[in-house]
Amino acid sequence: MIDESIVHISSAVISASTPLLFAATGELIVERSGVLNLGVEGMMLMGAVTGFATTVTTGSPVLGILAAAAAGAALSLVFAVLTLTLMANQVATGLALTIFGIGISALLGSGFVGQPVPALPKLDIPVLSTLPVIGPVLFGQDGLVYLSVVMTAGSAWFLKRTHTGMKLRAIGESAQSAHSLGLPVIRMRYLATLYGGAAAGLGGAFLSLSYTPMWMEGMTSGRGWIALALVVFGSWRPWRVLAGAYLFGGVTILQLHAQGVVHLPAQVFSMLPYLATIAVLTAISAGPWRGRLTAPADLGKPFRPPV
Amino acid sequence: MQDAGLTPRLALHDISKRFQSVVANDGISFSVEPGQVHALLGENGAGKSTLVKIIYGVLEADEGRILWDGRPVTISSPRRARELGIGMVFQHFSLFEAMTVLENIALGIDGTPDLKELADRIVAISRKYGLPLDPAREIHTLSVGERQRVEIVRCLLQNPKLLIMDEPTSVLTPQEVGRLFVTLRQLSDEGCSILYISHKLQEIKELCHHATVLRGGKVVGECDPAVETARGMAQLMIGAELKQLVRRVGTTSQEPRLTVANLKLRSDDPFGVDLTNISFEGGAGEIFGIAGVAGNGQNELTEALAGEVTLHTPTTILLDGKPIAHLNAEQRRQQGLCSVPEERNGHASVGEMTLAENTLLTARNRLGLARQGIIQRRHARGFAKRIIENFGVKASGPLALAATLSGGNLQKFIVGREVLQNPEVLIIAQPTWGVDAGAAAAIHQALFKLAQSGAAIVVVSQDLDELLVITDRLAVINQGRLSAAVTTAEASIDQIGLLMGGLHGMDHDKPAEGAHHAV
Repeated sequence: MIDESIVHISSAVISASTPLLFAATGELIVERSGVLNLGVEGMMLMGAVTGFATTVTTGSPVLGILAAAAAGAALSLVFAVLTLTLMANQVATGLALTIFGIGISALLGSGFVGQPVPALPKLDIPVLSTLPVIGPVLFGQDGLVYLSVVMTAGSAWFLKRTHTGMKLRAIGESAQSAHSLGLPVIRMRYLATLYGGAAAGLGGAFLSLSYTPMWMEGMTSGRGWIALALVVFGSWRPWRVLAGAYLFGGVTILQLHAQGVVHLPAQVFSMLPYLATIAVLTAISAGPWRGRLTAPADLGKPFRPPV
Repeated sequence: MQDAGLTPRLALHDISKRFQSVVANDGISFSVEPGQVHALLGENGAGKSTLVKIIYGVLEADEGRILWDGRPVTISSPRRARELGIGMVFQHFSLFEAMTVLENIALGIDGTPDLKELADRIVAISRKYGLPLDPAREIHTLSVGERQRVEIVRCLLQNPKLLIMDEPTSVLTPQEVGRLFVTLRQLSDEGCSILYISHKLQEIKELCHHATVLRGGKVVGECDPAVETARGMAQLMIGAELKQLVRRVGTTSQEPRLTVANLKLRSDDPFGVDLTNISFEGGAGEIFGIAGVAGNGQNELTEALAGEVTLHTPTTILLDGKPIAHLNAEQRRQQGLCSVPEERNGHASVGEMTLAENTLLTARNRLGLARQGIIQRRHARGFAKRIIENFGVKASGPLALAATLSGGNLQKFIVGREVLQNPEVLIIAQPTWGVDAGAAAAIHQALFKLAQSGAAIVVVSQDLDELLVITDRLAVINQGRLSAAVTTAEASIDQIGLLMGGLHGMDHDKPAEGAHHAV
């Protein structure tokens, strides 16, 4: 009985964390290249609606997931063209992208509201998933959950161990210096931005296909913004971002359970995860670490290659 | 120098480059022999940097031909330049602060090197050329001299046939300069040509085999620096007879106007320097110099003195005996302490505002340019006009945008803005950095005149030559600590150089050398 509720709560925490983890690891790569894309919320919604619509129409969740990644990347391409080629302001463009994403996802999804979709199949890992408690929690999730962790590990490996990852970090530190070394600043930033868009799209697909298998306007309800905060929280390091995503997912699920125990308006509990985010962000930026956080030095600065 | 035949390593023919209406390079021709240390001499703005960027493939020439080992080549990118065997050490290092020495070098090498093997090669090269370097250190922990070593080692790893050094000694201590010259001579003996860009005549006489002098984008002379006098080269470079500074007679009194006692400050910047127990006095009529290699706390100290950073203990800084350390910059200004920060664009002035508007930034209250929050436009324009006239600022008038002024003219305007407010104390950082000789002389004269009127002036500068000329006393800042002050007339270059390297050099070099002996 206790085992069951532990399994239940732990699984719920993982589910609540996964969309955040997708979006945040993607944005981490984008920001490490020196680009600040505030359109995560919009790209997640695009992913959610495209993934859902494709799955309903074709009956194939795999196609749905691929379409979601493509849709997120497509929206980020708009951002990339505007900010990297046409030198538009990144903050303003990112905000516009979110608003655009909310609108266009609502338009695309209007025919799909209330439709059912088959939930993603659980990928039970043989033997391991039969272990008590940790079996179902860790090894009985659907494929996207594993993918999100693999992408986090992959990001960490890519940034630290590969030559291309090193170039990406260099571009985020100083685009000017990187350019003078002959590194393809704009091309790398394009690729990073597209990857971030695809990851946000996957996060959206997880929401509409697994977490709450349905489509609803604005169903990300601020998760894109939390993902942005998580990148700062994780000080631009993949494993810390994962810890942050799971911490946040934990608070989200705990407040749901606390609602049954403590009698306060439900809205107060719904506020908790967001308050926790603000508290943590304030603590890490005002504490003794102040100024010692390793934000990429050129984050958000446009780079115009000299002619 | 075996292959020092008739074919020059690099030959330039009629290289021209225009930026909009400005001609940066105008028909430049010269050649560099194998193994030759060739000086490219000229003032700021003479076109040296543009020319070497063309040679290194960063910029493309509008006209002209480049011959490499006798064959015509097109150098379309830095990568192409490196393929040919051209290496370049930039004046402003293109290093990534948050990354390691090894990563930085790997990034500058074409292809994807194996990092382990590369680390070994770095240690081997650094040992061969006496450039101690630890591949695992992060750049922001290195001194400027060590950062330059990173750039040099990066070039040497590619076995260059021509090494371009852009003002390499401007940020080094005299001892570091000596060590660099040993390395460069060794390279030259091995047949590597060196194109050495500088405006420091003594260095060129000491190091170079041949010098090409640029002025206004054109070659105005070639000479053998070992034979030509420094004065002769300076006249070629500046194009007019050198003016002697009118050195004022010492009017220094004992009465201190500015007293700094035990100033401590922790830097907020992860790559900043903490200030430790800084104490000094500036007397009436005195020009007090603060020397030091860049990045040793000068910025932090200037901010603390100017009031951009306020301190908790008011008595840390006394102005004529009044505690002012807790006051902000505007409050200090009203007490009589004015300041000129190092960065003239964006810090000392706003480019998109007119000169008249720029006067409001610091003279608003001292000169009553605003009453009850309303700008007195006529007053502001009048004041701007007065600065332009008194300081010979070349500008279309008080309504010219600050961004349209050249560096030297803007600096004259900014210095004029503070000096004409007749401050009791003036804090000035890098007063003539990147400014032509004429403007520099005008600025120095203005400082002398202000000192003569009884003000105390603190000059923070990395240009030791400048400090030796204009200051009465000077002290050296190193790793956030200030040395005891010495009387400039009695100080020796060696003594100051040692202070500049000071603890800093010893701290860093010992472990680095130890590390490479251990390998």
